[in-house]
Amino acid sequence: MNYIKYLMTGVLFGFVLTKAEVISWFRIQEMFRFQDIHMYGVIGSAVLVGMISIQIIKRFKLKDKEGNPISIPPKDFTTKKRYIIGGILFGFGWAFTGACPGPLFALLGSGLTIFVVPILAALAGTWVYGATRESLPH
Amino acid sequence: MFDWLTQPWPWYVAGPIIGLIIPLLLYMGNKQFGISSSLRHTCAACMPGNIPFFQYDWKSEGMWNLIFVLGVLIGGFLGGYIFQNPEPIALSAATIADLQGLGLTDFSGLVPSEVFSWSNLGSAQGLLVMVLGGFLVGFGARYAGGCTSGHAISGISNLQLASVTAAVSFFIGGLIVTHLIFPLIF
Repeated sequence: MNYIKYLMTGVLFGFVLTKAEVISWFRIQEMFRFQDIHMYGVIGSAVLVGMISIQIIKRFKLKDKEGNPISIPPKDFTTKKRYIIGGILFGFGWAFTGACPGPLFALLGSGLTIFVVPILAALAGTWVYGATRESLPH
Repeated sequence: MFDWLTQPWPWYVAGPIIGLIIPLLLYMGNKQFGISSSLRHTCAACMPGNIPFFQYDWKSEGMWNLIFVLGVLIGGFLGGYIFQNPEPIALSAATIADLQGLGLTDFSGLVPSEVFSWSNLGSAQGLLVMVLGGFLVGFGARYAGGCTSGHAISGISNLQLASVTAAVSFFIGGLIVTHLIFPLIF
């Protein structure tokens, strides 16, 4: 089955998020109050390792498992409003729930059934964005 | 010997593993690391309506992502239930003092049980935190074109200015809610 590798990678990601307490509302509060290095360390070292990996992939033009060249499409920066307005709205949600999308699923998995509510609300938010995007400034 | 399974992991172990997921997904099938797209794929699969944003082949584009997210849920089950850390989180004393100042008393779990419970869902606070909060996570992530994984981690790793802008904005939003809104609703 072709998808097992993605399932296993997801399990690894969810497990690490949970073990490092990245899914904790308390840890997110600690971050937004600048009271510990923990969350900055997690995000900062993840970015550092990701950056080095991508530079290696680009420099040596590495190929994927199937032998196809790895391509990473750049993000459009000709319009900026969406990143600022959408980003701030996302930040509101991140602080309220103490979780971004990955942690929401890991929290539900950890047995906190109440997190089905923010997940359904996030689906509703995604749907409303899809329905209204033509009239939103981007 | 298996203490590491139940003990919390330090940032310098967790961060690099998360960073390595970026090249792992690229190697496995040229996939971009990102979680919030799964919400769009779910909308496209379950309730696309006549909305152009949800008219695409979600199976070929997003099946891997939905399965990846299912894995995240299982990872949370293993890490937070099977190998649950029996101790409370070692939060900084300053954070505990601040949150006690907001009226929280239970610091034993991953999240404050006084806030995230079925019985608190009907209160104004519960609606704001869980329903409005969740809504904004979904709405804002799609509006900004990605969430913490897609922008703050994989986008910045790829040196994208759009992602730096998004991540700074995420943070501004979080600071506003933490420092200006929370004192009003707790």
